[in-house]
Amino acid sequence: MNENIKTYFLFSAVFLLIVITGFVQSWNSALFILNMGLISAVMSLGVNLQWGIAGLLNVGIMGFVGLGGLATVLVAMQPVPEAWNAGGTRILLGLIFGVVTIALSVLIYKKIKNASWRFISISIFLISGFFIYKSILTPGVIAVEAVNPAATGYLGGLGLPVLFAWPVGGLLAAGAAWIIGKTALGLRSDYLAIATLGISEIIIAILRNEDWMTRGVKNVAGIPRPVPYEIDLQASEDFVNRAANFGLDPTTASTLFVKIAYAGLFGLVLLLLVWFSQRALKSPWGRMMRAIRDNETAAEAMGKDIKSRHLQIFILGSAVCGIAGAMMTTLDAQLTPGAYQPLRFTFLIWVMVIVGGSGSNLGSILGGFLVWFLWVQVEPIGYWLVDLITAPMDPDSPIRLHLLDSVAQMRLLTMGLFLLLMLRFYPRGMIPEK
Amino acid sequence: MEFLHAIIVLSNFVVIPAIAYGSQLALGALGVTLVYGILRFSNFAHGDTMAFGTMVAILFTWWFQSIGVSIAPLPTALLALPIAIVVTAALLLGTDRVVLRFYRKQKSAPVILLIVSLGIMFVYNGLVRFIIGVGDQRFSDGARFIISARDFKKLTGLDEGLAIKTTQVITVITAILVVAILFWFLNRTRTGKSMRAFSDNEDLALLSGINPERVVLYTWLIVAALATIAGTLYGLDKSFKPFVYFQLLLPIFAAAIVGGLGNPLGAIAGGFLIAFSEVFITYAWKKVLMYTLPEQFAPSGLMQLLATEYKFAVSFAILLVVLLFKPTGLFKGKSL
Repeated sequence: MNENIKTYFLFSAVFLLIVITGFVQSWNSALFILNMGLISAVMSLGVNLQWGIAGLLNVGIMGFVGLGGLATVLVAMQPVPEAWNAGGTRILLGLIFGVVTIALSVLIYKKIKNASWRFISISIFLISGFFIYKSILTPGVIAVEAVNPAATGYLGGLGLPVLFAWPVGGLLAAGAAWIIGKTALGLRSDYLAIATLGISEIIIAILRNEDWMTRGVKNVAGIPRPVPYEIDLQASEDFVNRAANFGLDPTTASTLFVKIAYAGLFGLVLLLLVWFSQRALKSPWGRMMRAIRDNETAAEAMGKDIKSRHLQIFILGSAVCGIAGAMMTTLDAQLTPGAYQPLRFTFLIWVMVIVGGSGSNLGSILGGFLVWFLWVQVEPIGYWLVDLITAPMDPDSPIRLHLLDSVAQMRLLTMGLFLLLMLRFYPRGMIPEK
Repeated sequence: MEFLHAIIVLSNFVVIPAIAYGSQLALGALGVTLVYGILRFSNFAHGDTMAFGTMVAILFTWWFQSIGVSIAPLPTALLALPIAIVVTAALLLGTDRVVLRFYRKQKSAPVILLIVSLGIMFVYNGLVRFIIGVGDQRFSDGARFIISARDFKKLTGLDEGLAIKTTQVITVITAILVVAILFWFLNRTRTGKSMRAFSDNEDLALLSGINPERVVLYTWLIVAALATIAGTLYGLDKSFKPFVYFQLLLPIFAAAIVGGLGNPLGAIAGGFLIAFSEVFITYAWKKVLMYTLPEQFAPSGLMQLLATEYKFAVSFAILLVVLLFKPTGLFKGKSL
């Protein structure tokens, strides 16, 4: 009972912080924190599945989040027919050829038993396959990227409603997780960490450089929304009248309405995932997972297949991160591959999970909200603090100016200290695992 | 003649840069591997330790430049290096005292220490960005080339030039010196031997009266020196940008794992393997092929296997292959 009261108290405290933001700063920024908090909570739920429940160290969250973003572009953007005519089929053929080559080399690996023969034949096969793949793909890529590069220069997507992108984002992330898991799971935990760090950098490099797919650093803007546009709302008489009833002008009311609609959608996803995770945690499956985490040898002696259980939960957790990534890109309504930074998208999520309480679903959600709130608010608070401390100095003194300039970097320092202090004094987090 | 040209082009654009880059990676990987072998965790803060050390070196370089101290034609940064090592060592020892010692006494699992190192990474990263900012800093001065492409052409009368940058030569010489001293220290001195004993078997080492805190102290001192030297050399050779140093973590870890975590010799081999593959695969081979192939086979494209932005993919692919076929690394490493 006591535990429950504490949980309620902590959640209301974070909620209160957001409400205070609404009163002190603006409701717009409060809703922004809420929406990104919901998305962060989904991400940390996914990482908690992997780390908290199974003890798997994934430091490639950024990559899975990026794949979710890619999914929104591939699903929701309108296709570009000229680009498809120019080289779409060629690119498609090239990609299919690439997949077939890799599949065949796996087959060779399984068929040939002699180690040195296996190595030689696979190398020859892969290297020649790579050159053929490039010769098929490159002309297509050049042709596609030449089609009106300022506006499109890419193939576009399927033109489906953007909500479909969320599960697709999960599937893409699950696919990447499968590849990583197949190779790095079953080895030491650090190796999985390095492997995930690597794959996330590669995924982001692909997003940045494959212009035919994502327009690279030129960004894909104007991704369709699942909620109405502000302009349409302001044009609707019904909406303007209702806003007037609340005493709001149409502009403010429409931006708030759009943000609240997003919050509703994200909240729904979060609730669904929490429900699944809580059920999973309490089910025989969840007990088995924790048993494996706490004592692998004993669990193996009981006949549990540790590697495939790990693979399963690694894929599930990564898929949740992919869904969150798709939600985030939907909220931004644009894919900016240049914005994916590991400190923000991988390590900050780790702070959320550790601070909230690894192994506890509610804890990681709380951590998601709280840490995101701090991440946003440390900058204004830091600015205010530095301003206060350096107030006696000459207003143009270089030290004061430099400090005020670097306040933006303070959030990294704060997050690091927060993580270290929590690990030292409350290693089980704010809402510990029961 | 054609063949000679091909060799010159190859060494100018591939071999020499790869040797310099490989030395930098090897020094970085040595630091990672020492922490892994003796303190028994994967130190994710290593990239940012390098960034911190380099930052201190840059700050002192600027100070020396402003008061007119110089060791031209060598870069001033070499003069600042010892001071930077001392400052970095103080930071690492402070971190160890305040943060890491607690977990060591608790005998925490390596994976917990890894997460702690993530926190340290955040703090160092914040410190560096707070002090010097996120921008690009160039701080190499002194003579830029030992031999420039134009001089080489004039000297030999060949069509292709071979440029050797001062920083490349300094990198290689420093790396050889550092590695020689390190191996002498580990293999010949009493402290070095006790460090190796501690790494091989902690209990047995404690039993024979080796003071663990002393071993830890020396480890951090060496790691500080290695990280600062590696970072400064990389910064001299290219340029200093905090985020790039964070990204160096991946090739450095790949090098350490490929060579066998905990094995210093492996770290060096791994560093060069990663560097050479990275440069080989992202280099545009057109010119070399033009010189070596008969005219009718001359390539039309750039003949670049992968765009430079995909260099991470190279370290990653090598890492995966090694993990799949030889999980303890090419040289025998530890596996916990």
